[in-house]
Amino acid sequence: MSELMDFLSMGGYAFYVWTSYALTTIILLGIVIWSSRQLKQSRTQAIRRAQQHRKR
Amino acid sequence: MYRFADRLAPWLAGLCVLCLVAGLYLGLVVAPADYEQGDSYRIIYIHVPAAWMSMFVYVVMATSSAVFLIWRLKIADMVALASAPIGAAFTAVALLTGSFWGKPMWGTWWIWDARLTSELLLLFLYLGYLALRGALETPQSASKAAAILAIVGVVNIPIIHFSVEWWNTLHQPATITKFDKPSMHISMLRPLLLMVLAFQLLYFHNLMVRVRALILQRENRASWVAELAEKNHV
Amino acid sequence: MTPKRKQRLMMVCLMLCGVGVAVAFGVNAFKQNIMLFHSPSDVAAGAVKPGQPFRVGGMVIDGSVKRSSEDLAVTFELTDHAKNIPVSFTGILPDLFREGQGIVAMGAIDEEGTFIASEVLAKHDENYMPPEVAEALEKAGKMPGTRANFDSKTVQP
Repeated sequence: MSELMDFLSMGGYAFYVWTSYALTTIILLGIVIWSSRQLKQSRTQAIRRAQQHRKR
Repeated sequence: MYRFADRLAPWLAGLCVLCLVAGLYLGLVVAPADYEQGDSYRIIYIHVPAAWMSMFVYVVMATSSAVFLIWRLKIADMVALASAPIGAAFTAVALLTGSFWGKPMWGTWWIWDARLTSELLLLFLYLGYLALRGALETPQSASKAAAILAIVGVVNIPIIHFSVEWWNTLHQPATITKFDKPSMHISMLRPLLLMVLAFQLLYFHNLMVRVRALILQRENRASWVAELAEKNHV
Repeated sequence: MTPKRKQRLMMVCLMLCGVGVAVAFGVNAFKQNIMLFHSPSDVAAGAVKPGQPFRVGGMVIDGSVKRSSEDLAVTFELTDHAKNIPVSFTGILPDLFREGQGIVAMGAIDEEGTFIASEVLAKHDENYMPPEVAEALEKAGKMPGTRANFDSKTVQP
């Protein structure tokens, strides 16, 4: 348990280290999610267009 | 091309997560504390990869912009457009983590030294590129104008890299200049290289996702796009 | 390669060369402004007037740090291995401040030539190693030097 506490406290720099890692996670995860959403959207649009095309 | 990217994607993602987990474990848990900076130096494992990628992505963006201007390859334009937001994200990460490292070690969040200022300029170049693409009405002229901006901005890259050698800065010189004798102990260096690889893979995976989305949007009249979209992912 | 493409390639190259040369001239002209700090040699050569605010950078000389027993006042000497400058500061020093360490201070020199600092920032180097390794290197007298030397980039007035 104390080992975990030691790890989390980062030798007294917990605030700086963990805030940096948290911000990085938010930004990078944000861009990954944004990109995959765009791809999904483009896919559904392409499928819809294909179906409309066939009906005609 | 498109199908190849589709197949490759899960492999890239898997390898990226693997490197990320290994790099973080080795960097945060296994690597020893620094003799001067204690545990605060562990920010390096995201700061340095992000800073490297911010420059690497810009070089990719400028090169593909040049290829687009000269050969008029549509795919090159898409690569440049898809790279810009990813590069901006890496630049923001480098600046923010640098700030959170500078406060405890240097004693300040921000200082207008040559390295920090030129990296901030890089962020504005990315944002300017994206704004230019959004602002101009016709996609054709937006592509061309933005490509010129990207190419001109590439002179900032050597300035960022050499700023710590050319001028007096608060920022320290590069740690890894040559592979034979880096100024970092091997137990600390290994996780750093793993993290660099992880960020590199993250970029390529993300780039391919964005380029595929752009292909589907732009080539909407091509029959193969419709066919593919129907067959693979209903 | 078609002539048209060749022409576009030339255009791109010319554009890059033009911008590169312009930036090189600009950067050279503003060299003094881009430098974050002056070295003690600059100060000794009279680059700055008393009272004029600027930054000075150098190594804290071993054994020169004297702390006041009542308040946070501290005095020390900075060197660039050529000239020294005495500095006095009242306030909280960054974690990395120690003798033999590089620092950058903001402030101005008074009439006697002492630098009165309002802010002190620590400059760390590019070497990272575990404490045991540092100790061993220290014993062997093989501590790596930093490439961030303070004497190579002086700005003459």
